[in-house]
Formats: sequence, C-alpha cells, structure tokens
Amino acid sequence: MKKVIMGNHALSYGAMLSRSQVIAAYPITPQTQVVELLSEMCADGTLQAKFIKVESEHSAMAACIGASAAGARAFTATSSQGLALMHEMLHWASGGRLPVVLGNINRAMAPGWTIWTDQNDSLSQRDTGWIQFYCASNQEVVDTVIQAFKVSEALAIPSMVVLDAFALSHTYEVVDIPDQAKVDAYLPPFNPPYRVTPDDPRAFGGLTGPEHYMELRYKLQKDMEKVPEMIERTGREYETTFGRYLGLVDDYLCDDAEIILVTSGTAGYTARVAVDEMRDRGLKVGNLRIKVFRPFPFEIVRRLTQSAKKIAVVDRNISYGHHGIFAQELKSAIYGHGGYKPVFGFIAGLGGRDITPASFREVVDTTISHERSEEEIVWIGVKK
Amino acid sequence: MKKEKKMTLTLPVEELVGSGNLACQGCGANLAMRYVLKALGLRTVLCIPACCWAVIDGAFPHSCMSVPIYHCAFETAASTATGVKAGLEMVGDRETTVVAWAGDGGTFDIGLQALSGAAERNDDILYVCYDNEAYMNTGIQRSSATPTGAWTTTTPVKFPKDRPKKDIDAIMAAHYIPYLATASTSYPEDVVKKTKKAKSIKGTRFLHIYAPCPTGWKSRPEDAVKLGRMVVQNCIFPLYEVEHGEKYTLTMKIKDKKPIDDYLKLQGRFRHLKPEQIKLMQEEVDHNWARLLKKCEAT
Repeated sequence: MKKVIMGNHALSYGAMLSRSQVIAAYPITPQTQVVELLSEMCADGTLQAKFIKVESEHSAMAACIGASAAGARAFTATSSQGLALMHEMLHWASGGRLPVVLGNINRAMAPGWTIWTDQNDSLSQRDTGWIQFYCASNQEVVDTVIQAFKVSEALAIPSMVVLDAFALSHTYEVVDIPDQAKVDAYLPPFNPPYRVTPDDPRAFGGLTGPEHYMELRYKLQKDMEKVPEMIERTGREYETTFGRYLGLVDDYLCDDAEIILVTSGTAGYTARVAVDEMRDRGLKVGNLRIKVFRPFPFEIVRRLTQSAKKIAVVDRNISYGHHGIFAQELKSAIYGHGGYKPVFGFIAGLGGRDITPASFREVVDTTISHERSEEEIVWIGVKK
Repeated sequence: MKKEKKMTLTLPVEELVGSGNLACQGCGANLAMRYVLKALGLRTVLCIPACCWAVIDGAFPHSCMSVPIYHCAFETAASTATGVKAGLEMVGDRETTVVAWAGDGGTFDIGLQALSGAAERNDDILYVCYDNEAYMNTGIQRSSATPTGAWTTTTPVKFPKDRPKKDIDAIMAAHYIPYLATASTSYPEDVVKKTKKAKSIKGTRFLHIYAPCPTGWKSRPEDAVKLGRMVVQNCIFPLYEVEHGEKYTLTMKIKDKKPIDDYLKLQGRFRHLKPEQIKLMQEEVDHNWARLLKKCEAT
C-alpha cells in the first residue's frame, strides 16, 4: 500500500510494522510526530504495545533497556539534546547487549538554540557501541527500521536509525508501506537467549572485574564486525521479499568516477543532481552515500573508491580541533590501501543551512582545481 | 487468668538472600533485603542502581540471590523497573512483582526525577529505598537524606550537615500514589507486613526502610538493631503509612517518646555535637513528630 507520509511518520510505521512491544519516549522538536503517531496507534489498538510516556529521554532509554532485558522489542525516538541526555544509557544498552532500536532526527546542538539539522548529535554517539544507519528517503526510513531490528536482534547490538531534521523528518514522500504479513515473516518475534525472568534468575550487569570486563568488550567488537555481512544478507533478503535492497552504502556512478563525492543523509540525493550536471559537462564525478556509519563499511568504501583520483567528503558535522567526521573516517578507511589519494574535507550545512547543487558545484570545482587540499577543512557557504 | 505469652514464628522461613554476600557486619541494607524478599517470594525481579546493593550480591559471574537482578544506572531504578514491568507484561508475565531497589542517594537525589515520573504515571512497580542516610558505597558522603548535624566525609565535623533531611515521604505522598510506608529493619514483622500489603496493591508503591550502617555511622555492628528501634521510639523515624497521598496512619504508636541523646551517643557521626546543637535537633524532631500526628489525626 502506498501512502504519502512525512519522514517522522515513516519511523512510526517502521516501529509499528516491526511490532514494537514497548515504546518509551519524550517529545522533542523535530521528532515529536514520531511518538504522536505511535501513541495513537497504541491507543486505537493498531499496535499492541505499551507506550510509556516518560519524563525525560534518559528515562526513555532506561525503560527501553528494562523492557528489552525482559524480552520485549523496544523502540524509542529522539533528537539532539535528547540523544545527548541519553548518552549514558546508550552505553548501557550496547554494553548490556540489548537490541533496542532508536530513531534519531539529526538536529544541531545548542547553544544557541536551534532545531535545524546537522549530524553532531548522533556522531557524538559514535563510540557508544550502536549500529548507525543514515537515511536519505522516507522509504528508506521505514525499510531500515525493520531491517535494524533484524540485524540488532541477531547480534544483540542496538541500532540508531538517523534522518535529517526537516529535510527528511517533515518532508512528505510517497512510501510503499510493507505488507504486515510479509514483515512478520521477515522479522520473527524477539526471542533472546537470556532475559530477566524469575523462571531463570540471573544477575545482569553486576560488578565486573578486570579479569572479565575486557572479554565482554572484545565480544561486542567481534559481533560489531559481523554487522556488515549481516546487513548485506538481510538487505538482500529484504530485496527478495519487498523489492528494495538495503545496503551499507548507496553508490551512484562511482565505477568510472575520477572524483567521488562522499556524503550521508539527504545531502546524498542533492549530490546526485550535481553529479548529473557534472556528467553533462563531461566530468567524471560519482556519489558515494554512506548509509551505515557504524560499523564503518571499510571494505565496500575501499572497493568503490579504488579507481577514483580524488575524494571529496562533504560533512554536515565537525569534530572541533580535527576535521569533519566522515572525512576522518574515510581517510582512515583508505589509508594503506592502494597508494596515495587526496581526500578533500568540506564542511557544509551546519545548523540547517541548505546544502544545494551549487554547494556541490563549488566542492567539485575546488577539488578539480587543486592537486591536494590546501586547507584541512574547506568551508562551504560560511561567512568568514 | 493471665494469658500465657508464647513466641510464634511470624516471618516466612525461606531465605532468598544467600550467605557469603558482601555486606558489612551489622548491615541494615542486607536485613532490609532479606525481610522484603521473605514477603515478596520468588516471583520477583529486582532493578538495582549504583548503591551498596550493587555490590552486596557479589561480583560477576556470581550472585547470592534467588531472584533475578537487573543492575541499572544510578538514576534509573524507577525507569528501568517501569521498563522491565512493561516488558514482562508484553511477554505474558503479569504476575511478577518488579522492584526498584535503591539507596537514599539513588532515591532522594540522583534518581528523584525518574521516581517522580514513575509515581506520577502510577507505574506498577514497588520502589524500595533502603535509607542509610549517606552515600555509603562510595565511602560516606552526605546525601539529602543525611540528617542535620551528621558528620560525613563531605560534611566534616567543622562544618557538619546544616540542612534537615529531605522529607521524601511527603514528596511521594504528593504524587497521590496508592501506598507508601516507612519501616525500620529492627521491626521485621512490620517490614514483612507492609511489603505484603504493598505487593497486593497495583500502581506505584513506595517503601522507605531505615537501614542502619555501622560502617558509615561509626557505630558498633551489634548496635545496629538497637539503633533501628531507638530511631522509631524517639520519633526521628516514625513508622506510618500513607494511602493515596492523603490517608496517614501511624503504624506504631509511641506512648513514651524518648529523647534523641542516647541514640546519638551510639554513633560516631554525631560525636562532635554540642548540647545546644543537640537541643536544636531535638526541636526539629519534636516539630516533625507533631506535624505527622496532625496529619494522622486529620485523616
């Protein structure tokens, strides 16, 4: 069934079709519609779930953790300051190996108060042990939530499904809502090997000394390393059932590209418009949209950038005192693999400033006209 | 004819807290857990944040407990318990009592927001605060449950606690939760009775259990039970219940109210106090006791 829905409601539909059993959430602009629709679905029985209207995002994640530990499928959604408030509990969910799925609307961090998009909220959670998916369309949001539960539950690692504030959260698109029976077949009920129950009394997460702790973290990393293969497999499986492949990256004309624009989120689709224009001008430009940021898809990124002469990374985020975060990650991914290749790091669109085809023209012009990046960061559209 | 006095076994015999746990000698928190679990039985889940009880049950991979424990973050006892309860219900277990089990720091201070949230929603959890009147697990720092005049490592004798203990029970009553009660580990039958009553009620229930801490109070372990009785008899920690935030009932009437001096003398944390300071503390106790009696009379 096709519906015209906003990005936020795409998250709600994903959570509903995944038969989330416990939802705990707190309102924050621009996430609010996600939980509004879910609370309606819970109230009218469309979704058989407990909706816990918590008093903070910190409690939202704590409640999801409790529910997941008890063996229920748990979902929440937040944004920006809310995600930052959850930070401690993000570690708790991954350290506790609980496959909670969280929808995050990328919103810049205050101060000054802002509600517009950039990625510093979710990228600040890079090292919390969560899988991170960055979506570029509402269809991708619905599909990815369902896939995220499947991957998370298979490997006992939580997932964050991320979308840009307003550019996607409040943008209406036609979405093919997957058939519930088919989703049920794709995503069976959550059945963890261990759960909190008096039938099998255990202590979870107690005092863990140096003789055990490191092994627990080693296992988390080892399972994280299995995620790319699991995404590839479940993405193909999804394609078989629903006709849409869900991969680690989304590549556009990368095979023969001399310059590859690396992007994430909705900027990826804007980049394609620019790529088409460049191609018309005879410039061999391609776009590599990184969808899964954690774990970083090293192998496929190396493969797709292999033949390119230059790489231009456009970051809607910044690690102060270093570079754009995707630029750092890309450099580390290709380092030592196939000779020197200049990587240009651009920063654009912070705090919701538009990233337009013109932004990408500027990116490509700079990349073409320089042998290597003269500055560590090239700022696009900033008033210096 | 004079009625023959006979000792009867009033507490459930079953022990759900195993031996070999890591509690200090004379630990009131350990007694509190034993009595509460005797009342609740095996169909119980504990959510325990950072506090002495995060350690008492034993280090991974061991636990001394016969019921499951979910160790949760410091400020999340209530919100985690809410999640566990919702999760259990969604997987078909409606019977298990889910307990948030926290110390005074995790309840009066850092966990107050989550507790208030759960209480306002009337989430179906039993919240137990074992109150040893300071951050004991980190080594005796003052909390908002520390009484006036007490020494802790952050309220040194030259500048002891100069603010009264927070009235957490009034705060909880103000949420109109169906049941709250105070209890002391030195009255085990009362702890068990109140826990059973709490178990039978749906919604947020709050038990505030006074739990002596010889290590933190600089008192003798063998005085722990004595202190738990004295604190009730001198009306520093009266035993009462509040139903739906309004119906106050004194569960232990005090005919011969004792002065606080003897209670203070048994604890090194009060050793520095001068007579005039003790007099002020006595006035605070008298004032609070009179106020409580008024609330009980009014309902």
